[in-house]
Amino acid sequence: MASTSFIDRRLGVFLALLAVVTVGVPLANTALSPESGLHVPTYMLSLIGKYLCYALLAVALDLVWGYCGILSLGHGAFFALGGYAMGMHLMRQIGSRGAYGNPVLPDFMVFLGYEKLPWFWHGFDMFWFACLMVLLAPGLLAFVFGWFAFRSRVTGVYLSIITQAMTYALLLAFFRNEMGFGGNNGLTDFKDVLGFSLSSDGTRVTLFVLSALALGGGLLVGRWITMTKFGKVLVGVRDAESRTRFLGYRVEQFKLFVFTVSAMMAGVAGALYVPQVGIINPGEFSPANSIEIVIWVALGGRGTLVGAALGALIVVAAKSWLTSAFPDAWLYALGLMFILVTIFLPQGVLGLIEKLGRGRREQPEPEAVEAEA
Amino acid sequence: MRILLTLTVWFGLLLASAASAQSLEDLARQLPEGSFNDRAEVVAKIGATGDDRAVGLLNALGEGELRVREADGAVIQVKGRGSKAVGYDPLTGDELGPVGSGSTESIRVNNSLRRAVRAAIGLLTLSSPDAGKRLAAANTAFAAPDPEQIEALDTAIAKEGDAAVRTAMEQARAAAVLASDAPGAEKVAAIGIVARRGGTDALTVLNPYRGDADAPVAEAADKAIAGIERAQQLWNVGQNVWFGLSLGSVLLLAAVGLAITFGVMGVINMAHGELIMIGAYTTYVTQQVIRTSFPGLFDWSLLIAAPLAFLVAGAIGVAIERFIVRFLYGRALETLLATWGVSLILQQLVRTFFGPSNREVGNPSWMSGAFPLGGLSITWNRFYIVIFAVAIFVGLLLLLKRTLFGLQMRAVTQNRPMASEMGIRTARVDALTFGLGAGIAGLAGVALSQIDNVSPNLGQSYIIDSFLVVVFGGAGNLWGTFAAAFTLGVANKFMEPFVGAVLAKILILVFIILFIQKRPRGLFPTRGRAVEG
Repeated sequence: MASTSFIDRRLGVFLALLAVVTVGVPLANTALSPESGLHVPTYMLSLIGKYLCYALLAVALDLVWGYCGILSLGHGAFFALGGYAMGMHLMRQIGSRGAYGNPVLPDFMVFLGYEKLPWFWHGFDMFWFACLMVLLAPGLLAFVFGWFAFRSRVTGVYLSIITQAMTYALLLAFFRNEMGFGGNNGLTDFKDVLGFSLSSDGTRVTLFVLSALALGGGLLVGRWITMTKFGKVLVGVRDAESRTRFLGYRVEQFKLFVFTVSAMMAGVAGALYVPQVGIINPGEFSPANSIEIVIWVALGGRGTLVGAALGALIVVAAKSWLTSAFPDAWLYALGLMFILVTIFLPQGVLGLIEKLGRGRREQPEPEAVEAEA
Repeated sequence: MRILLTLTVWFGLLLASAASAQSLEDLARQLPEGSFNDRAEVVAKIGATGDDRAVGLLNALGEGELRVREADGAVIQVKGRGSKAVGYDPLTGDELGPVGSGSTESIRVNNSLRRAVRAAIGLLTLSSPDAGKRLAAANTAFAAPDPEQIEALDTAIAKEGDAAVRTAMEQARAAAVLASDAPGAEKVAAIGIVARRGGTDALTVLNPYRGDADAPVAEAADKAIAGIERAQQLWNVGQNVWFGLSLGSVLLLAAVGLAITFGVMGVINMAHGELIMIGAYTTYVTQQVIRTSFPGLFDWSLLIAAPLAFLVAGAIGVAIERFIVRFLYGRALETLLATWGVSLILQQLVRTFFGPSNREVGNPSWMSGAFPLGGLSITWNRFYIVIFAVAIFVGLLLLLKRTLFGLQMRAVTQNRPMASEMGIRTARVDALTFGLGAGIAGLAGVALSQIDNVSPNLGQSYIIDSFLVVVFGGAGNLWGTFAAAFTLGVANKFMEPFVGAVLAKILILVFIILFIQKRPRGLFPTRGRAVEG
């Protein structure tokens, strides 16, 4: 048996590394002179901050897929909803500085001939309300969707396909100008948040640190959920749903809770992502994005939380590097990566690392996280 | 009977006038002479000659371009004004050189003469030797009813040999009768004839008579209009059904291969769309080879491409199964990841070899154009795609239910160890089954290349729809896929006129999500112990 302490070895190592990055990267950005070899330019800082948001999103998916067997192809939608909630606040913050100078209506609404603010835009001028919506919008959608789906015992591939249908429907809906979310241009041209300019180094460093803290927090929340008795039931649902139900557990309630929490976590990731990237558009809802999240988790190591974060970081970093270095070879590399990892590394990269580590130290086998789809 | 009698009378008159016919040249010379009424008679005679050259002459008269040359009294057509005026022979169109101002005198026309000219021209085109021109003339006459043309139409009807053209002429005559001051009974009969034509232009003709002072006429018009509108609504429904069937056949084509690889084998084959794309590119390459080497075979290109596409996509499918999917049986959700990887590689391969832009795949002549079916216009390519989709479906059904391979395939998917015990080479059957699904995707690509852009992204636009169709129908059931494809297609097209294309699609997606709650395993779920496997 592996250690059952709250912070086990793999989480400890990852959190330690994360702490080093959280402190080190902003320091290297602000304290070191631009000529220094270790200097991290601000664009790089924001890029890493973006990766950390993706990592949090992967942790959210791992919570439902790795521990509860719900392969959601809709987490991109929860991420995007959180992003839109934050984006709407940032749009309202622009105020009269937009191209049309309308103090209330965002530019695109003036352009589309809106007379007044649609009802669902009210309240987003307040930061606390936007933050609440970052949690509520994806959380509520996940709750309603899950409430229907889990109660009707939609499982496996069928669940995956309808979550994909959900994100696809949202993609089409958000592309419509009539929806009042900026159509295919989405929301952009953000100026500041809480009075701090989004283009200033200080704000960017703060957002970076917040992203890192959110990732650490997400890992801890996930760890806490999976460590408790509740988490053990989740694993039971994953491995033998009918048996768990026969033992007297209300399976659908367990699933619903973890699905909703996971969606909120994805929403937070989206909310931190948008101010760092500076835009949110319907493309974030694209089903391919949601599949890519699954890939991150599978590549890093499913059912480990840390592995999911690791997988996200590896894939998006490789993507950034390959798309600029070898634009034509990128898809070949990504495609091969998926095929090889699925066939040869069912435990993901984390499993490989730990296997190599074990081989050296000759330690007993830790708790297996074998999962049956 | 009445009409017949009139026709006979007119036919007789026509023969009589033909006997005393003067040449067109003589008649043209008479144009400047006499009163307006005399000249209107001359114009009518010109119309009755049926001479092709008369149309140009009468047009020139109507336009006021016909003038008399004072030097020799000849009738010429003058175009342009002042120093730029040029003379032409009105019958042959030959240029006669510049015309000095004052050397000619215009032939004056008044409104009644203009009407006579129009009627004569109508009669002339109505007697054109080209049936298409006669039909067009009849339709023009129908759209602009003119009582003056009744006689001309009667003449033309008497001579007409083509049934369709005659019907159009009779309708045009009826419309003209309506516009004339004919007695009410005649008008009611005319309304009946016009109503039989149906369509929007009949409505336009009939609409003014709804409030006619003559009560029977108004009543008949009201009834006829109601009837036409009802028919139009029916045709609209028919059109939506046809569009729906057409969309359904596309969905069926895209999904039926997936019904094998995903529905029967349980592999979440995300590369399915790319196999369709490979089929479309195979068609493109085949057409390129035919264009450069055997241009005469172009009309056969799709029939040649179909088996090739099946083989190419099928071979890729077998390779995917042998090298990747084979290791993932029992881990259904993980096949999603690996095949997604395959789809990325296939997309990039095509992009590398053929470039990222759209490739042009041509329509063979037998797939171009449209044919009318009642009030509908049906394009040949859509029509053949429906036939093709159903044919593939039936073929697949026969293969599964009537052949040894089909039997083995069903045995392996239902109970693998037992099938293996019975001596079936399950590994081989797996590979061939996957190859079959992939090959059918390739065939779908041949058909879809006719209606969609052939680009590396072709597959991605079908993959989500394909999965939804298979899931909606119930995985593992081919009839379910069939029913699902056409249900979704027709439902989509019926909603489109009300809510628009995008919203219709969104509503369909929401409907499927809700439907799956009610029937978690689709329209026609597979039953039995294998389900929990």
